[in-house]
Amino acid sequence: MDKYEVLIVENLTKYYTSGYILTKKILGAENVSFNLRKREVFSIVGESGSGKSTVAKIILRLINPTSGKIYLDGKDVFSFDKKAYWRRVQGVFQDPYSTFNHFYTVDKPLMDAFSLLEKTSSKNKKYSKTERQEIIRSILEKIGMNPDEILGRYPHQISGGQMQRLLIARSLIIAPDILLADEPTSMTDASTRVAILRELLRLKEEGMAVLFITHDVGQAYHISDRAAVMKDGRIVEIGSSEDVFFHPQHPYTKNLVASVPKLHIKWNA
Amino acid sequence: MSLTKSELKMMSEFVLKTGDLTGYYRGTFGVVHAVDGVSLTIKKGEILGLAGESGCGKSTFTQLLTGTPVPLLHYESGKVEVEGIDIWNTPAEELRKEVKCKLLSYVPQSALNALNPTLRLRKFVADMLRERTGQKCSPNEAREFLAEHFRALNLDEHVLDRYPHELSGGMRQRAVIAISTYAKPSLLLTDEPTSSLDVASQKRLIEMLLSLHRTGMIKSMMISSHDICALRQLCDRIAIMYAGKLVEEGTTDDIINNPVHPYTTLLLDSLLPLEHLSKDEKFKIIEGRPPDLRHPPPGCRFHPRCPQRTDICTFKMPPAVEKDGRSFSCWLYSKGELGDG
Repeated sequence: MDKYEVLIVENLTKYYTSGYILTKKILGAENVSFNLRKREVFSIVGESGSGKSTVAKIILRLINPTSGKIYLDGKDVFSFDKKAYWRRVQGVFQDPYSTFNHFYTVDKPLMDAFSLLEKTSSKNKKYSKTERQEIIRSILEKIGMNPDEILGRYPHQISGGQMQRLLIARSLIIAPDILLADEPTSMTDASTRVAILRELLRLKEEGMAVLFITHDVGQAYHISDRAAVMKDGRIVEIGSSEDVFFHPQHPYTKNLVASVPKLHIKWNA
Repeated sequence: MSLTKSELKMMSEFVLKTGDLTGYYRGTFGVVHAVDGVSLTIKKGEILGLAGESGCGKSTFTQLLTGTPVPLLHYESGKVEVEGIDIWNTPAEELRKEVKCKLLSYVPQSALNALNPTLRLRKFVADMLRERTGQKCSPNEAREFLAEHFRALNLDEHVLDRYPHELSGGMRQRAVIAISTYAKPSLLLTDEPTSSLDVASQKRLIEMLLSLHRTGMIKSMMISSHDICALRQLCDRIAIMYAGKLVEEGTTDDIINNPVHPYTTLLLDSLLPLEHLSKDEKFKIIEGRPPDLRHPPPGCRFHPRCPQRTDICTFKMPPAVEKDGRSFSCWLYSKGELGDG
């Protein structure tokens, strides 16, 4: 049961339509199928506009697909109550600056995460303020952040990398089975980036399924067990990360991999 | 006053020379010593990369070179010479008219937002040309003027007929660089040109910068970036900054294959390039965080995070040592020299 498929995505298609009478259709994603296994990091790599975030948004049920099915533990995702679904699937997004409300301290989104727990709890469990604070502190310590440095501050007082890790901490309060990380390392430099990736790897070791979405091929290769490459809304290649990035079959992937600047090899040298 | 031969040679050899350049930010938060005594030279025809974590002073240093820093940033001391012109002793108006664009172009980090959203690019360019040349310039003349330059850089000239929001991020970045190099300055300063771009546009941008250099339009460049893999493709030399100081400088190959300073080593180890790495080479982090530059630590600024620190590091700043065409400041390697001096 260790590697069973928690999330199955089948033929997901999304057209964005605009206009009322003269509607215009824009392809977001087309026939996207993959599955996500427990204790695994699965990466989706693609350029901007390739549809990776569209897929993430559909899986998080922030937008509805035009067609296609998603199953969580074999059950249709769209039959779940949204709150109960989010209890099991959580996301970390690329722009931490827009996730935090600048009028509140960073504690607020963390504290608010408990209300989702309370609402979906079967035992009607309530968390008192001190209980909440204790849990938040222990989680921050677990991911290697100093709670005294972070709590009680306003978003502009902490760095982008710290915000990203706070968002991961927020999802840990909810302890989902699946974590969607959409470009969680954007706007961080090399060292902080590694700290975030390490955190994702640790979550994987604990049994979580992580869907990692990025345009950085290097990161995707190092962190993931399997990977998919998206182009214009379609998955062009899918397989183990070694196969996809070092033995690519599709011309697009070959080109993509060749475009990545390497550290030890100089282009056309 | 006549110049000696060696002085003339110096003038012709270097396009940029800085000596002990120091600058600070002052605001309600206190005084931040963001750039502290940086001496750097760029030879003619050379591309220099400036690397380091965010907050290490790359952007601040670049801005001090332009002579027109952002509000709150102040120049304290030191010298900046671009093609022999002392930037900080040149009147602002002369700097704007004679130096900027002609000798020195600066493309800031926010170049993506540098274009006016309400104007087509050709109108924007016309405004700029009118400012620069003092002559009337219609948008169509501006378009004609720049179209050739755009074509030479493999950029679609129709970009000039567009509004900024119609262009992708990578395209906007390339257009801004193309516009700011129209007068073929001797030195181009770009700040984080490739960050926030995806792989394909990043490659196109790198190729464009390389073609600017190859065709001789821009002879020398300084590119600051935290993406060392991108700098690898572009630069002849790399300088590494940490906490407002230059810690190491050398040829790209030396820095990448054979780093000397512990910070450079750790910085390179924390990268995740698309290459096979063994398990213990992966996911290395630099413990701790860069220091608060309002109160920089005494001695070597890297010592609180350095795994190889010794006692002397904690109270005395290591001097810059030059050896085999590279320079570095670290006590690990300066001890011998210390005895000699």
